[in-house]
Amino acid sequence: MLSKRIIPCLDVKDGRTVKGIHFENLRDAGDPVELGAKYAAEGADELVYLDISASHEGRKTFTGVVRRISEAIDIPFTVGGGISSEDDAARLLDEGADKISVNTAAVENPSLISEIASRHGSQFIVCAIDARLIDGVWRVTTHGGRNITDKELFSWALEAQNRGAGEILFTSMDHDGSKQGYPCETFAALCSSLSIPVIASGGAGSVDDIAEVLTAGKADAALAASIFHYGEITITALKKELSARGITVRV
Amino acid sequence: MIAIIDYNTGNLRSVKNALARLGADFAVTSSEEVVRSAGGVILPGVGEASSAMERLRATGLDKVIPTLEAPVLGICIGMQLMCLHSDEGDVDGMGIFRTSVRRFSPEDSSASEAVKIPHMGWNTVSRPDSPLFDGLPDMPWLYYVHSYYAGLCEDTLATSVYGSRTFSAALCRNNFYGVQFHPEKSGDAGAMILSNFIRMSL
Repeated sequence: MLSKRIIPCLDVKDGRTVKGIHFENLRDAGDPVELGAKYAAEGADELVYLDISASHEGRKTFTGVVRRISEAIDIPFTVGGGISSEDDAARLLDEGADKISVNTAAVENPSLISEIASRHGSQFIVCAIDARLIDGVWRVTTHGGRNITDKELFSWALEAQNRGAGEILFTSMDHDGSKQGYPCETFAALCSSLSIPVIASGGAGSVDDIAEVLTAGKADAALAASIFHYGEITITALKKELSARGITVRV
Repeated sequence: MIAIIDYNTGNLRSVKNALARLGADFAVTSSEEVVRSAGGVILPGVGEASSAMERLRATGLDKVIPTLEAPVLGICIGMQLMCLHSDEGDVDGMGIFRTSVRRFSPEDSSASEAVKIPHMGWNTVSRPDSPLFDGLPDMPWLYYVHSYYAGLCEDTLATSVYGSRTFSAALCRNNFYGVQFHPEKSGDAGAMILSNFIRMSL
């Protein structure tokens, strides 16, 4: 049986890992390769690296970081942030990334998903979706939740799947950073409506939250940042506790 | 020296990086001469089977690999190309392993596990009595990404289960080995399998 996956997410700016809440009050958290290796040693199942550099120079630096990650780390890793063309994806895959994630660029140009999937395979492309509940409808947002689009979560996720996305990474912008848990009913409905894996992101504040989204929420994986970065819980302890609750994890 | 066969496939860099981490002596090559003189040969692979087979045929190595006497390890699509046939693109493989490659189906779901495709993530593997699996714990966790699987046959060395489907996690016939999972992405357990293969290739 496949295990449920625990995936720490690292934000990288100008080649360094940064910690902050909603991209504010960023502080340096060290070398992305060293931090990734530490998480891998603690039992992380995959890693996600998001480039939040704003400058062209910063993006170039990130390419070098991706190469160093692929040399040093022996578990799968996804890279995202600022991928807006098939060429961007190809460059990162050439540097050794196992998967790339697209978000805003795919909303603006859905054929980007089809192009990447047909050239590199569905297993290379994760479609990240940020959404927020407005008047009873889960509306897809872009640019870190600032722009509300006319797309709706369930139909967009299905379109992404049909265009060849291999996984959906769904973040509720209403819950992200809140540490109040995930919208589990929405996750359960989303997972049941798709035939590709769903990664739950945004909102984890405790072991209970993660356990709930992996069971009642039917998610295949849970991604989290701050609870790992601030040492509130180690990945080793989290997986041990999930295992004790009867959830299949790699321990 | 281990020859990693270069036929423009996706995980070449990952396999190369994994061997470099383990301090192995290796060459990335599509030269028949280098492949014939190697102590061991790795056939990597990610992507679509029929186009991968086409690229392998373009190197001419599809005729060379089945004649090798040194240990050969196919990984993922590399393993699938060593089978009789793949339903992905309806293509004949090199026919080393006596099994065919089929697609997972949602009908493979069990009461406790819904089959989503691709089969992506960490799954347990039955640990066989084989030098390739020396030193591994019982039921090691290994990382998979695939939509097609090799069926069970006399060459099946190890198995994994997805939903209600038991498939070949590893195959072996004489000096030929194939693994469906990605040892280059499977942490310590994968590194141990690659170390074993490096030792077998000395």
